[in-house]
Amino acid sequence: MTSLNAAASPVLPLVYERSAGYWETVGRRFLRDKVAVGAALVVLLLMVLAVFGPWLAPMDPYQSAMLKRLKPIGFEGHPLGTDELGRDMLTRLMVGAKLSLFMGITPVVCAFFIGSLIGITAGYTGGWVNSVMMRTIDVFYAFPSVLLAIALSGALGAGITNSLISLTIVFIPPLARVAESVTTQIRERDFVEAARASGASAFTIVRVHVLGNVLGPIFVYATSLIAVSMILASGLSFLGLGVKPPEPEWGLMLNTLRTAIYSQPWIAALPGAMIFMTSIAFNLLADGLRSAMEIKQ
Amino acid sequence: MTLANDAVGGSTQPMLSVRGLVKHFPLKKDLLGRGAGVVRAVDGVSFDVFKGETLGVVGESGCGKSTTARLLMQLITPDKGELVFDGQTVGSKSLPLKDYRRQAQMVFQDSYASLNPRLTMEDSIAFSPMVHGLPEREAIERARDLLERVGLAPQRFAERYPHELSGGQRQRVNIARALALQSRLIILDEAVSALDKSVEAQVLNLLLDLKEAFGLTYIFISHDLNVVRFMSDRVMVMYLGQVVELGDSETLFKHAAHPYTQALLSSIPTLDPDRRTETPPLAGDPPNPINPPSGCRFHTRCVHAQAICSEKMPVLALAQHGQQVACWMHVAGAAHTGAPDAQGMFKPLEVAA
Repeated sequence: MTSLNAAASPVLPLVYERSAGYWETVGRRFLRDKVAVGAALVVLLLMVLAVFGPWLAPMDPYQSAMLKRLKPIGFEGHPLGTDELGRDMLTRLMVGAKLSLFMGITPVVCAFFIGSLIGITAGYTGGWVNSVMMRTIDVFYAFPSVLLAIALSGALGAGITNSLISLTIVFIPPLARVAESVTTQIRERDFVEAARASGASAFTIVRVHVLGNVLGPIFVYATSLIAVSMILASGLSFLGLGVKPPEPEWGLMLNTLRTAIYSQPWIAALPGAMIFMTSIAFNLLADGLRSAMEIKQ
Repeated sequence: MTLANDAVGGSTQPMLSVRGLVKHFPLKKDLLGRGAGVVRAVDGVSFDVFKGETLGVVGESGCGKSTTARLLMQLITPDKGELVFDGQTVGSKSLPLKDYRRQAQMVFQDSYASLNPRLTMEDSIAFSPMVHGLPEREAIERARDLLERVGLAPQRFAERYPHELSGGQRQRVNIARALALQSRLIILDEAVSALDKSVEAQVLNLLLDLKEAFGLTYIFISHDLNVVRFMSDRVMVMYLGQVVELGDSETLFKHAAHPYTQALLSSIPTLDPDRRTETPPLAGDPPNPINPPSGCRFHTRCVHAQAICSEKMPVLALAQHGQQVACWMHVAGAAHTGAPDAQGMFKPLEVAA
């Protein structure tokens, strides 16, 4: 044994050599991915808009002007024109980031926690518990997500809270499904067996050995759902089930501007462009995270 | 650090007594609920492991070696049978499962899969002592001591992750983890099989050193007969979920009594050109454990098989050189022409050509 030590290193360092942890490595790999970093910057910019929009916006988002309705892009004092009530488009797009992102992210975050809880419990327990839980979850797969969101929202009634609840319910099944499958994979690994052999309780094993290995993949999947959630939330607002006028929200703006599509198509397309940009950014971010986390070992 | 501090019985009391262990895995039923039968992975296995010895377990793949290991660790629950650890039944009031797990630990074959990729080496080793109530600081301290003991300088390896280590180094960490609870019985399930030969030798020597230093008892499971011979005091040969021969290592390798053991031993490649074998000692694969052959399970491949072999299952009995053998040829007065007569005198055996 001593000869092996000597062969490994004749002079041992006094401090413990700490190697880069998993997340450090992931971070470094992510930063090398230019597309992903670009997407992350766009998301960051949108976050800043969402938080500071009301202070950054040049005008009052509720101030209408009957004489300046549907003015084109570049109109004097309104760089992005005005909407059907003469409100400044730039201002409303900036302020609208708050509600739109909130509607996009909140259901996914809630569903991330609930879905992970369900999926990890089912995956780690296995057996008939798993079958019962996952088959129940499968029932939700019978409905297309758009239809389910509309049906739930319609049943609960219009309003922000209700559409958040219905979107959360829509996203729990896919997240639980992903959580269950990664947990089942991890559970089969020998290190979980070894942890069981050491006499640890199921809760301790999940906390120490399972969570660290499954939350990453679930998180990546959740990130890609934010784009879907934003589009669904916009859809609900468009149908009058989500945000109510005169609140600035991109989906709702798309709805109210749809009559202007022949007179001012560029103005009418602006909220859609914002939704498109945001969902692309979140999707690319999720892609970047996924490839950064695929470390070959 | 001594490990044999909580010995209960004397040194002659077996460390682990395995009594009639049975594990059948049911196959998936079809849509109409018709059972497709069971895989008889382990079918009535009994043996003792004595204190301070290394018991080697050999057999072809699929013979139930690893299932036995998992049963011994209580990672899967046996259908029948019991484990008596140092005089106390495992799972009884006097020795609850969690206490047993402090006494017996296991090293798995796949050194990478048995380490959590998100934990540093010291965290992996310190996990089980912390589960058993050791404060984190002391557990980390113990982990670093153990890394030193298994030949990995803690300054270099304590805060490394599994993918940064070689297979041999990872298996040393797994050994350190198995020692972290100061267990007395270590089950090594193909623990060196995945390593390069040179690394394997180092790890085997390390295991011998640790055994001496900590007064450990090993159950050494392997398909490599040379390694088993090098490591073991006694050897147990398994075939299709049953023990066919069990005895002192040297006796067994020199005077194998069971035809299966003889075939296994002649399958060891030799460097001596005069002792080359031209024909394979064993033909074909072992029979399907779903529907094992009647009588002696080896009779389908045995060159000495006779009528009785397919009719009645032989039980373990004392053979000529002191080992236990489950074969009709070693039961005095049995209806096999190779069996000794009622007085226990052997007749010359005629091998069917």
